[in-house]
Amino acid sequence: MTTPSPAAQALLERFAACRGWEQRARLLLEYGQQLPALSPDERTDQRLIRGCESPVWCLAGWPAGRLQLQLDTDARLLRGLLEVLRIRLSGLTPEQLGEVDLADWYSQLGLARQLSGSRSNGLNAVYQYVMQSRPA
Amino acid sequence: MLQLAVDGQTWLDSAATAQKPRAMLEALQQWYASGVANVHRAQHRPGERATSAFEQARGTIARWLNAASASHIVLTKGTTESINLLAHALAGQFQPGDEILVGAHEHHANLLPWQQLARRQNLALRILPLDTTGALDLEKGLDMLGPRSRLLAVSPLSNVLGRRHDLAPLLQRARELDVLSVVDGAQYAVHQRPDLQQLDADFFACSAHKLYGPDGIGLLYAHPRRHALLQPWQWGGEMIEHCDYHSASARPLPLGLEAGTPNIAGTIAFAATLDWLDKLDSNAIRQHEAALHRLLIDGLHARDMQLVGQPDTALACFNAPGVHSADLAMLLGEQGVAVRAGQHCAMPLLHSLRLGGAVRVSLGLYNDAEDLQRFFEALDAALEILA
Ligand SMILES: Cc1ncc(COP(=O)(O)O)c(C=O)c1O
Repeated sequence: MTTPSPAAQALLERFAACRGWEQRARLLLEYGQQLPALSPDERTDQRLIRGCESPVWCLAGWPAGRLQLQLDTDARLLRGLLEVLRIRLSGLTPEQLGEVDLADWYSQLGLARQLSGSRSNGLNAVYQYVMQSRPA
Repeated sequence: MLQLAVDGQTWLDSAATAQKPRAMLEALQQWYASGVANVHRAQHRPGERATSAFEQARGTIARWLNAASASHIVLTKGTTESINLLAHALAGQFQPGDEILVGAHEHHANLLPWQQLARRQNLALRILPLDTTGALDLEKGLDMLGPRSRLLAVSPLSNVLGRRHDLAPLLQRARELDVLSVVDGAQYAVHQRPDLQQLDADFFACSAHKLYGPDGIGLLYAHPRRHALLQPWQWGGEMIEHCDYHSASARPLPLGLEAGTPNIAGTIAFAATLDWLDKLDSNAIRQHEAALHRLLIDGLHARDMQLVGQPDTALACFNAPGVHSADLAMLLGEQGVAVRAGQHCAMPLLHSLRLGGAVRVSLGLYNDAEDLQRFFEALDAALEILA
């Protein structure tokens, strides 16, 4: 198991403090706003991940052997879900990335259902995409 | 249904699939509990009983649809399989350059089998356009039927537009021009009991699961004037008249198109569902559904939602101005309201309407005003957060 980074720990605490779906939704929106948008010409087809209700663009790099992730989409709550993913995965080494339990992560945040619906294919697809990008 | 209520869920996704009546569950239970056997093979008593129950069920289905004979009903897995069956069974009827016409509003199930057939055999796929209200443009459709047209495939009720079309003029023109006609009745059959003799299409498909029946069963109706055109698309047990190592001949319809052990339990339970529907007051149901639909449309208008087209039956697709449909659906889901967001298996249609997606609310005969009230409360709460 990889322990979540301090940023991920902080995020976990904020979600744990939420009472009910409304507070969680507002928090997701807030995180969604933090997610930096890609410029239109960065939204290329190579970076496009289908299988989500709304298309997701993904840019994964490995400077100094650690994951640097950029994600973008139009739906605001999905942006929040992506930011939550980005915070969890950023800075991991390729080995650590392989050990992340995504279901467990979202369920700790009270967002397990978001991973199990049709959107799941989306978030899982992003994870698979990032896994593929690991340096050989 | 009961369990959904216990879980605090409001089911407004009946256009995807419908909840089930007790009569359907009991028929399934009874079939399996009373000792099963395969159909159309064995000489033993259980086998005879199975065959007779299965063929009686086919008869019930035929009567419900007002087909002239049970032998016009081919049992399939559902609408999707029925249309794929046709696209294979009719493949020999086309010359390169022949036209297949499909509605712009078709579900993928009534588009892709024809699109792929057209690609395999160099046919021209032509799309019947929508008018400015988002309904199928019947006038333009009539004009498009011509000497190269060979097959017309349309749905009288779209799972996105929720607008009923009177296909009679199109079907009549198709008959005059000897164009094969295929009606996708997956949504239509749920909200208007089909009268296949009056409709007079060559082929008609629907699915039991949308009609309050079991999963994995549906039908293809084939008018007898077209039976000789249909070549078997799958070969195997049950469907063979004669066979040796190097040749085989198929039985006449319907068995010749039903290779392998059929879904016996599903067929019997589907017939039981139709018997149950038959006993309900269909006028009262229509009025009930129409009143609910008005309530739905009025409520959406009152909140300035953007409707997709001008729905008049069973469902409505909409967007909230400036709100992504996926966000809205997610927050409705959080509140226990089961609606669907996305492209509803009609990607080309949504593209042509320049929509990335839409939220769909769809009604079944069991829904009531309270369900809609819960939906609107959830919608208001969601919009407040997303505003
Ligand atoms: C208009 C229409 N046609 C075809 C289908 C496909 O039905 P099935 O998935 O039961 O084969 C659907 C289901 O959503 C539909 O709404």
